Amino acid sequence: MTRTVLTVDDSRTMRDMLRMALVGAGFNVVEAVDGEHGLEVLSAHRPDIIITDINMPKLDGFGFIEAVRVDDDYRAIPILVLTTESDPAKKQRAREAGATGWIVKPFNPEKLVDAIRRVAA
Amino acid sequence: MDELEAIKVTFFQECEELLADLEGGLLAMQEGAGDLETVNAVFRAVHSIKGGAGAFGLEPLVRFAHVFETLLDAVRSGTVPNTVELAAVLLRASDILADHVSAARGLGDVDMGASAAMAAELETWTDPNAAPAAHAPLVEDAAPVAAAPAAASVSGVADDDAMDDDDLGFVFVPQTITVEAQAADAEPSNVWTVSIRPKSDLYRKANETALLLRELSRLGPIKATLDDSALPALGELDPEAAFVTWSVRLETEEDESAIREVFEFVDGDCDLEITRGEGGVQDAMASLLAVAEAPPVVEAVEPAPAPAPEPIEIIAPAPVAEVVEPVAPAPAPVVEAAKPAAAPAAPAAATPKATPVEVPGPGQSVIRVDPERIDRLIDLVGELVINQAMLAQRVGEYGIAPSSNLAMGLDELEQLTREIQDSVMAIRAQPVKSVFQRMPRLVREVANMTSKQARLVMEGENTEVDKTVIERLSDPITHMLRNAIDHGLESPEERKAAGKNPEGVVRLAALHRSGRIVIEVSDDGKGINRERVFGIAVKKGLIAPDLQLTDEEIDNLIFLPGFSTAEKISDVSGRGVGMDVVKRSVQALGGRISIASRPGQGSTFTLSLPLTLAVLDGMVVDVAGETLVVPLAAIVESLRPKPEEVRPLGPVGSVLAVRDSFVPLIDVGQALGYRDHSPAPTDGVVLLVEGEDGSRAALVADAIHGQRQVVIKSLEQNYQQVEGVAAATILGDGRVALILDVDATIAMRRRDGGAPRPTEPTLIAAE
Repeated sequence: MTRTVLTVDDSRTMRDMLRMALVGAGFNVVEAVDGEHGLEVLSAHRPDIIITDINMPKLDGFGFIEAVRVDDDYRAIPILVLTTESDPAKKQRAREAGATGWIVKPFNPEKLVDAIRRVAA
Repeated sequence: MDELEAIKVTFFQECEELLADLEGGLLAMQEGAGDLETVNAVFRAVHSIKGGAGAFGLEPLVRFAHVFETLLDAVRSGTVPNTVELAAVLLRASDILADHVSAARGLGDVDMGASAAMAAELETWTDPNAAPAAHAPLVEDAAPVAAAPAAASVSGVADDDAMDDDDLGFVFVPQTITVEAQAADAEPSNVWTVSIRPKSDLYRKANETALLLRELSRLGPIKATLDDSALPALGELDPEAAFVTWSVRLETEEDESAIREVFEFVDGDCDLEITRGEGGVQDAMASLLAVAEAPPVVEAVEPAPAPAPEPIEIIAPAPVAEVVEPVAPAPAPVVEAAKPAAAPAAPAAATPKATPVEVPGPGQSVIRVDPERIDRLIDLVGELVINQAMLAQRVGEYGIAPSSNLAMGLDELEQLTREIQDSVMAIRAQPVKSVFQRMPRLVREVANMTSKQARLVMEGENTEVDKTVIERLSDPITHMLRNAIDHGLESPEERKAAGKNPEGVVRLAALHRSGRIVIEVSDDGKGINRERVFGIAVKKGLIAPDLQLTDEEIDNLIFLPGFSTAEKISDVSGRGVGMDVVKRSVQALGGRISIASRPGQGSTFTLSLPLTLAVLDGMVVDVAGETLVVPLAAIVESLRPKPEEVRPLGPVGSVLAVRDSFVPLIDVGQALGYRDHSPAPTDGVVLLVEGEDGSRAALVADAIHGQRQVVIKSLEQNYQQVEGVAAATILGDGRVALILDVDATIAMRRRDGGAPRPTEPTLIAAE
């Protein structure tokens, strides 16, 4: 069964990069441009995995993860956050919000798929 | 890797947008907007540029963006106060960031000295003690995607040395002695015991023990044992809590860090113990197992196969959005059309990929279309207009009554055609914003160079105009702005002395006026020094010293070729380009430029251009057996002169008395060289026209056929430039007709004094 990944990122470049890597690895991809939009897409597509950025307008990654986790329907979905090496504090905050794992930017497709495999059945 | 290249194109497009957002936000901050949302947006812009640049391995860009981002982050968190001075610095930094983006794109270079200096300046804001120019290269960003496609091994050891002990949050005790002991026991050296006791947080974050075991099994054969002794009775069981412990015997060639890596994501969310050898836990477990009924043992001898990626079918695009792949890899702007006002998150839909695009969310329909397709459509509609006109003409030739069904049907067709044309043109229309947004930087730079203080106020950025015109707006606007700051504004001292705010205001506005787009550039400077302008024009031999000129005429002298008021050509307005060049380039587009100036209060340059360069409303006239089109915009009125209104002037010329003024009479046929001897003006029709500079002339034609919209076909592209002719078109009967360049015709008359033109034009109606 093809699994669906929801990518949430305000940067078109980053969404495209994720899409390229994920589609190449056989995933189905749905996209959202910020946390608020992510929540809408979430209910419409019920993805198997979520990959989200942290810095986004409207609703940032922390808020988005928290919102997903308080919803009984979605709290078991693995969530990977996109982070940079330079900010361990952000990574920690994302984990506290309920992130399952993280992907360090810049990522390559192998690293990305590797991270997904580690959190998704 | 074509796809990656395509994404790179997207990245640079996005960079343009982000840079514009950045500048907008910084300008707002400079105006005093200190709200968190603005600062956040500014931060995100730089952050996103850095993120994408990192992905493409654009090192200099990443480095500069990083320093920039660090400062913005400090502003965001409040450690660096958000002041107007800071905003000014950030604006200059944004200019350098833009240079870096251009350089990364292969367009132009970065002044690395200026970049380093700016980076150092930014650093002093974050850390006032930072030694200037101590701009050490950052090593935080790992290998770029393109460069290291296969670097990541399964274990990820290679690229994750970032995970150090601090990160893990607990102390790892080296076990050297044990290893030796085990070696002595002849135990296989590659056996490990991993004990895992998940906490409830592990599950709360949607991590899963089974997956951890699967990961371990990728390192080598495992035998996992569950200790559920802590599990309470079902009635007391808290389903959210964690009670079990796993003990795993792992045989692997990998080292401990590879094992630890498996638990990276659950660090702190479980008690983890990794020991070499069979370990005591195992023994304890074994005894437990002996008691437990149906011990849940997971045996995973073979490493679980990696999730096999099945190639997936391309998913049909969502019904609302048709997505067209941007074809050209060049950074050609893609026309974005049809933005629905209600789209809640429009950028999401702008996903220009050929890969499955499942546009989420309701009602989003931004279409990205290759501009060439639209150009082609516009051309075709142009042909349709011509064809429709031909049809109407044929029908007219058969003498069919205007009230007949056929004629009425044709009228409707004409209306429809016109509507289609308008609609198609609207697709290609773009807001002038794309040109305007480059101007704040220009103003800053010019103000800096000339030591003036200038503030740019922009209005009407969303005024839409055809793409063909937009592309040509940049140069004239740039030049007019340079001119306004360099020659218009006074120095801060002079302004203070004159009782003005030391900071001058330059206003750039766009608006629609009677079917044209009008661009106004005004300043609140000293206005045109007419005495000086007049003096210079005389000195340069452009006009006679005793010439009587009105104020407006003097102002317009600055448009004369060879006129430059600056004593020395400053490196700003200079470039060897004068206002005359601006004027000519504007006129070449069918535009007008005019100037209004009030001493001590400033000047306003007004540029007016047609909304499109694709069609033109014209008057079709007959001249010496040829059909010509005179642009309607230039025509003031048409009349049949009475003999007493025509007065001779000089040996060959004559003027026409129109109400209380005289205007020169120009025979179009003679001006274009169709005939040597003009017929009496009273035999023909006179079109009173007004040139771009407001000068009037009376063009003599033989007959008028009426008004018509024509599709412009460039003469330069298809043939060559011909003086007096602006372009060509194809008429309803299929004949080529030339479109008259009114200004050039007037200018020729002035220059030649009305003498007939010696040469035959080489291009006349041909089929």
